[in-house]
Amino acid sequence: MVTTTHATATATATAPAAAATMADGDLSEDDRVGLARFLELIESDSRVEPTDWMPAAYRKTLVRQISQHGHSEIIGMQPEGNWITRAPSLKRKAILMAKVQDEAGHGLYLYSAAQTLGTDRDTMFEQLITGAAKYSSIFNYLTPTWADMGSIGWLVDGAAICNQVPLCRASYGPYARAMVRICKEESFHQRQGFEILLSLMNGTDAQAKMAQESVNRWYAPALMMFGPPDDESPNSKQSMEWNIKRFSNDELRQRFVDMLVPQAEILGITLPDPDLSFDEETGHWRFGELDWSEFYDVLKGNGQANSVRVAKRRAAHENGAWVREAARAYADKQAAAAATAAEAATLAQNEMVAA
Amino acid sequence: MSVKQRQAPTGIMTPELIETEIKGGLAATDSVGQYALGLGDDALVLAQRLGEWIANGPELEEDIALGNIGLDILGHARSFLTYAGSAWGKTEDDLAYFRSEPEFRCRQLFEQPIGDFAQTIARQLIASVYFDSLYRALMHSADPTLAAIAAKATKEVDYHLDHSTQWLLRLGLGTDESALRMQRGLDAMWPFVAELYSAEPVVESAAASVASVASAASAASVAEDDRGSLEGIAVDPRALRAEFDAVVPLLIEQAGLVVPKTGSVRGGGRLGIHSEAFGPMLAEMQVLARQHPGASW
Amino acid sequence: MPSPGDSGAREQWPLWEVFVRSSRGLSHVHAGSLHAPDETMAVRNARDLYTRRNEGVSVWVVRASDITASDPDAKGAFFESPQGKDFRHAIYYTKSEGVAHL
Repeated sequence: MVTTTHATATATATAPAAAATMADGDLSEDDRVGLARFLELIESDSRVEPTDWMPAAYRKTLVRQISQHGHSEIIGMQPEGNWITRAPSLKRKAILMAKVQDEAGHGLYLYSAAQTLGTDRDTMFEQLITGAAKYSSIFNYLTPTWADMGSIGWLVDGAAICNQVPLCRASYGPYARAMVRICKEESFHQRQGFEILLSLMNGTDAQAKMAQESVNRWYAPALMMFGPPDDESPNSKQSMEWNIKRFSNDELRQRFVDMLVPQAEILGITLPDPDLSFDEETGHWRFGELDWSEFYDVLKGNGQANSVRVAKRRAAHENGAWVREAARAYADKQAAAAATAAEAATLAQNEMVAA
Repeated sequence: MSVKQRQAPTGIMTPELIETEIKGGLAATDSVGQYALGLGDDALVLAQRLGEWIANGPELEEDIALGNIGLDILGHARSFLTYAGSAWGKTEDDLAYFRSEPEFRCRQLFEQPIGDFAQTIARQLIASVYFDSLYRALMHSADPTLAAIAAKATKEVDYHLDHSTQWLLRLGLGTDESALRMQRGLDAMWPFVAELYSAEPVVESAAASVASVASAASAASVAEDDRGSLEGIAVDPRALRAEFDAVVPLLIEQAGLVVPKTGSVRGGGRLGIHSEAFGPMLAEMQVLARQHPGASW
Repeated sequence: MPSPGDSGAREQWPLWEVFVRSSRGLSHVHAGSLHAPDETMAVRNARDLYTRRNEGVSVWVVRASDITASDPDAKGAFFESPQGKDFRHAIYYTKSEGVAHL
């Protein structure tokens, strides 16, 4: 179980939606009260819940961030799903199946959290499969070798966890609660990735080579997962003021690198960064300049797999349409039949009374 | 039979637990190994097919449901194969990755492509009914390891049967399109039912060899552990067919569909004869492991 | 009265709220939500989604649109009454402090 101790149903806000479209300048009296209450909640580091009044920009930021996060989980199933049928041992196959399945669950938790803000899952799905929505660029890289299952677990999930742990304290209740559940479930994801790499590094020469080559490809993109440097990240400041984000991109990136270096040593893997050096003064590992042009290029759609990922998701969704329709039709028919039966029973009863 | 073989592993049956027991001396006889191999291959191949659904399900909730079922069945496969391997000093991975097509013993139903969701549900329905009666019978096997694997599996399969039944009804009674697809799915899987309920060749040959050993004067030269009747150990699938016939046609009719009247394939999966879909599936499953023989992962 | 979660009009499958009892003797606690075509599938999906790691021994599902919630706009007034009624809590009674079994 997660830490939710009271039953707060995820709820779609209704009343604040209208206020949310208004500029803060011409607030109604209700909105002024709502805003004061909202600021008080943020100030006291309390949680905002779905039916609370919230500024339009806060809602918009959350919907964007949570849905992108959800999309990332769903698209993130593909690079690893690619290896389920080819996993080199049955134990690894089971672990990978469970992990990719977890990602579907995480996407689902996040979509549910976003739905409490008034955007339903079908709408978010639509945005994803038409290419209108963004997701983490990391999943637009390919997974040509088995070692990539290790790198994704160790580096990509490792970076994700760094990002997500502080989000368990995000000011928006449903998001924070989803993150608590996700972080708890993901604790095995990074470990299994580390162990894949460890097995490879302790294996044959070919295996060790495979591991190193894979880490070479994933290291820099994983570091870029935290987003652009702080001075180029315009939305970060506002997110931090709202207690959605707790640490800046650069702070989290530094924390991640500091964790990686000793882990790489245990693996016997070389991190592909010649500038990596320990700064005695600060106690941090200094790392080299990242190639942000690469980051923006993938973001623009020029990654290894952008169109493939979206197309695959679209195919799954469209191929499933008739199944979803059938289940809905069946439910409607059952409900109609039940209603007819109830009506007939009432009629029969009335007749008996009349008789 | 060795004393060790008579001791049932304690706790919920997992492949890891069986592995521990094997290190402690547990070993299947050759004929029990052969029998477990067939059951393990059925489950392995079905789990491999179900794995193809992950990230491809019709809705996230269903993606997760199929994943759970696939993981359960992969668990059964690993337990059976680990135990089977104990007869010949082989691991589950030796058996899964380093046998070629004719050495596999799976029945052909499990090899078939996943098709659309309806075809997958049709196979899951047939398979779940089969596994359900098989494992309930196998729980009473004189072989305690097989009985323990079946005891764990039977509870899981109970849920699988419910899952496929729910979907059979929804697809059969949902829309015109879903009814058509569900009917086609059943029609496509039906030819493999007869093979599923045909005899276990290893049971027959074990019985024959026991008879010949008993009649031979040199009985003592045959190690007792290497031969042995599977009487009381293995389940004869032919005895389970009546249950299938009592349950499945009724469910199909409840779903507004027609019990298929297709012929039956010749089968022979247990003898190493496989359908055309199997080779490519196996090649995909084994490709990486075979590039690195002897490696551990 | 607002009915939280009722955005399902355009969605194919309605939204359900899931409550899980983690062990005997404890209450069902809200775990999250999911989509399902009907209650039969909702409870199964809840099992598949929210109890993959032994989290539960019992599951409840309820259609999100069937939940009636307190009015968020009346929050202040609605929950004002208990404020200032400290005599409902044991801690209010200080003179009996130190007396055994009280």
